[in-house]
Amino acid sequence: MSGLLLVVLVVLTYIILFQIARSSEIIAQIQGEEAYDKKRNKYLSYSMIALMVVLFVGAYYCHKYLMPLMLPVAASNHGVEYDWLFNVTTILTLIVFFITHVMLFVFAYIYRRKENKIPFHFAHNNKLEIIWTTVPALTLAILIALGLKTWFTMTSDAPKGAMRIEIVGKQFNWITRYPGGDGVLGKRYYTNINEKDNILGLDWEDSKTHDDIVIPNGELHLVKDKPVELIIGSRDVVHDVGLPHFRMKMDAVPGITSRMWFTPTITTEEMKAITGNPDFVYEIACDQMCGKGHYSMRGVVIVETQKEYDAWLRKQKSYYSQRSVATNIENQSTNENPSSSKLSMNLKK
Amino acid sequence: MSNEAILDIHNQQEHLHDAHADHSGHTEHKQHFINKYIFSMDHKIISKQFLITAMFWAVVGGLMSVFFRIQLGFPEDTFVILQKFLGDWAHGGKMDPEIYYGLVTIHGTVLVFFVLTGGLSGTFSNMLIPLQIGARDMASPFLNMLSYWIFAISSVIMFASLFIATGPASGGWTTYPPLSALKEASMGSGLGVDLWLVSMALFIVSSLLGSLNYIVTILNMRTKGMSMNRMPLTVWSFLFTAIVGVLSFPVLVSAVVLLIFDRHAGTSFFLSEIFIAGKALPNVGGSAILYQHLFWFLGHPEVYIIILPTMGIVSEILSVHSRKPIFGYVAMIISMIGITFLSFLVWAHHMFVSGMSPFVGSVFTLLTLLIAIPSSVKVFNWLTTIWRGNIKFTPAMMFAIGFVSVFISGGLTGLHVGNSSLDVHLHDTYFVIAHFHLVMGVAAFFGMFAGVYHWFPKMYGRQMNNTLAYIHFFVSFIGAYVIFWPMHYEGMAGMPRRYYEYTNWESFKQFGEINQVISIAAIIVFFAQLVFLLNFFVSIWKGKKVTTLNPWQATTLEWTTPIKPEHGNWEGDIPEVHRWAYDYKDNGEGGDFIPQTVPLKESEKDSGH
Repeated sequence: MSGLLLVVLVVLTYIILFQIARSSEIIAQIQGEEAYDKKRNKYLSYSMIALMVVLFVGAYYCHKYLMPLMLPVAASNHGVEYDWLFNVTTILTLIVFFITHVMLFVFAYIYRRKENKIPFHFAHNNKLEIIWTTVPALTLAILIALGLKTWFTMTSDAPKGAMRIEIVGKQFNWITRYPGGDGVLGKRYYTNINEKDNILGLDWEDSKTHDDIVIPNGELHLVKDKPVELIIGSRDVVHDVGLPHFRMKMDAVPGITSRMWFTPTITTEEMKAITGNPDFVYEIACDQMCGKGHYSMRGVVIVETQKEYDAWLRKQKSYYSQRSVATNIENQSTNENPSSSKLSMNLKK
Repeated sequence: MSNEAILDIHNQQEHLHDAHADHSGHTEHKQHFINKYIFSMDHKIISKQFLITAMFWAVVGGLMSVFFRIQLGFPEDTFVILQKFLGDWAHGGKMDPEIYYGLVTIHGTVLVFFVLTGGLSGTFSNMLIPLQIGARDMASPFLNMLSYWIFAISSVIMFASLFIATGPASGGWTTYPPLSALKEASMGSGLGVDLWLVSMALFIVSSLLGSLNYIVTILNMRTKGMSMNRMPLTVWSFLFTAIVGVLSFPVLVSAVVLLIFDRHAGTSFFLSEIFIAGKALPNVGGSAILYQHLFWFLGHPEVYIIILPTMGIVSEILSVHSRKPIFGYVAMIISMIGITFLSFLVWAHHMFVSGMSPFVGSVFTLLTLLIAIPSSVKVFNWLTTIWRGNIKFTPAMMFAIGFVSVFISGGLTGLHVGNSSLDVHLHDTYFVIAHFHLVMGVAAFFGMFAGVYHWFPKMYGRQMNNTLAYIHFFVSFIGAYVIFWPMHYEGMAGMPRRYYEYTNWESFKQFGEINQVISIAAIIVFFAQLVFLLNFFVSIWKGKKVTTLNPWQATTLEWTTPIKPEHGNWEGDIPEVHRWAYDYKDNGEGGDFIPQTVPLKESEKDSGH
């Protein structure tokens, strides 16, 4: 019933609008088309100024309302650089936005149609064209230079001594793997995967896998001020490790290993204090459309001190030790692809 | 063969045709209803067919956005209307995530391809190229008809995919494999993706037939005196659009065909080392990133296919209604050449975070930001065109001014997302949504509206209602900013796109309120577009009749045809052109423009350039 009412209401609105429009045509005929057009043109020129004001004031209030909802300070070294470059670019573009919009709307207002006005015949001017080719070109050169400087820092090789943690996406959660005592991530290959006790397909013939720690819920433990290199993979479709608080992002592509490194600079606890939010948590958001559960593909990053991290790590059991001996033997004998270990990618650099 | 010779032959054929028509009398004319309005070879009818098909798709695509905005704005509530439209996919009035993704995917696909490519180029290239260069029709009217009907078949297939049990394609309009290649990966990747791929392949065929026709027509069929440097910028922009389309669309065909092989023939072009639905697939050695390269090699030029024609349309309209020549005619052409050329060299800026080599990323950053140079040249030229003009705020002019505004707003954020080191955070967030919707979505729509309001008198011999047009403009302009401006902030906060809801995210749930505002604005803007449709269709039959040949006092050739031109466009000979398209100046007799058909006076030089 209410649905029908709504439809009736919408249709009525259109009919009313249409009648107003028709009557405006009749009014125009009564007043004389030309006089009516002139008057309307004048009002429309005022509307240009009104639109400009609405746009600027609206943008201001939007900014005022939304800025408190933004992310807190960047929690990584790259993030700080990112924020700086973002601000430079934004200030620059806002200046251009402001100038061009004032020109657009004020010109439109001032140069509205007036009788017997001969518009200025101005078809080209090379000097002007050169100015507005070179000025943007120079500005862009600066932005490109700044951008590439940041880009090459971000994408350079990870510093020596960086932690190396693997993060693997699957529909629809993250799995993380820590290298354990030997500091090396052992080989894995997708044909070894089984949901019961080898969710990453670790190759048990490689003894380096034996002390690896696998966290099925994708919790990512990082140490404050210690560079970390994420080794990123995917089991099924393309995912993306999105770390908004660290201003980092990298796709997880099946069959390909991608990498990204950064240094977290603020622990989760410190961030709770900074934001004044006791529930604050660093989140990993999947940023590449991956299926129906895409929106819920969430992981958590815990940045802590070295001492807390060590204490946490000590409590973890290696993934190898968690599997029963019986399934181990069974799996090895029924392994359909004995050559898999040869194909395995060696995650040790 | 010289242009004149082709023209002569063409004219002779037309005369023969006319003579034949005279003999055959009135009865046969009626029999030809199907030939005249359905399987028509008249470029004007074909353009209307494209336009009206695009309107149908725009309503479907727009309605889809209304539905998913309802979900995004009000994730906790249920809506009867969703169940009415989506049936079991929205059981109890709350849509499933799978149909949410289906809606998002088809919304993107149909608006980008069917509305803003097929609809935009199909309408205005067809309508304006012959009329503005002085030709009786396209070089091949038959291919032109074929182009529309293949588009129609492709539309039917895409529409059919909305009604199958497993739902339409739902992997995003980019349909990245492996998600789109494996039916285990998502419900929509079953029959839905097959139909999507077949529909796209046909669409590309249609687009190529159209584009080749446009290029050949522009190069060969210009009337006497219509040298390239006298053509209106609209025709120039259609030429570049067609060139971009011809060179880039075939690459998408290769992606489509390879994906069909991966889906049904067991090949591994895009698949490698995948464990899904409890088993490891045998495919090894393919690359999911290869698809992304192939897709974006079209996908990026595609956005220029969308925006270039509207740049031409807006240039023309700003000039006509300011009563001034377009400023920097040659610079406008050079900047379009720049955009055309660069559009092929920037595709990988969609892939900065795909795991591609960082060095490649740096090259693409450089090339991408270079596009800002021709774009800013165009913006400043438009601003100078209205400067010291004598502006009449017709609905077309309002939308053209609106176009410049949203093109600036959306274009400037290209400097953010085109810069690889900023894209690392902004990629696939709402910042990108805001950027491309403003710069190619809203801007292209505004350009299209401007074009329809401006050339409606030529299409139907009547005027559209101005009051409704102004209501349409103000709601759309303010609405577009209310919808997309706050999205920049959501993106700055890293809020990912293509999420069904954000309520479980500590980092993004604070945007619930602003998402509601955006959704309400989106719904209002959708209903404002229906005002336009109402105005359009009522005006075809009830609009105020056009009484003069040249209602906008424009210089170009289309206004020298009869008010309602028949097939063949001009009753007598095709007029000869003597000057460039922008002679808006004192004609010495109290007028402020000189049509292209008026011969140069002895003292006069061909002005402008």
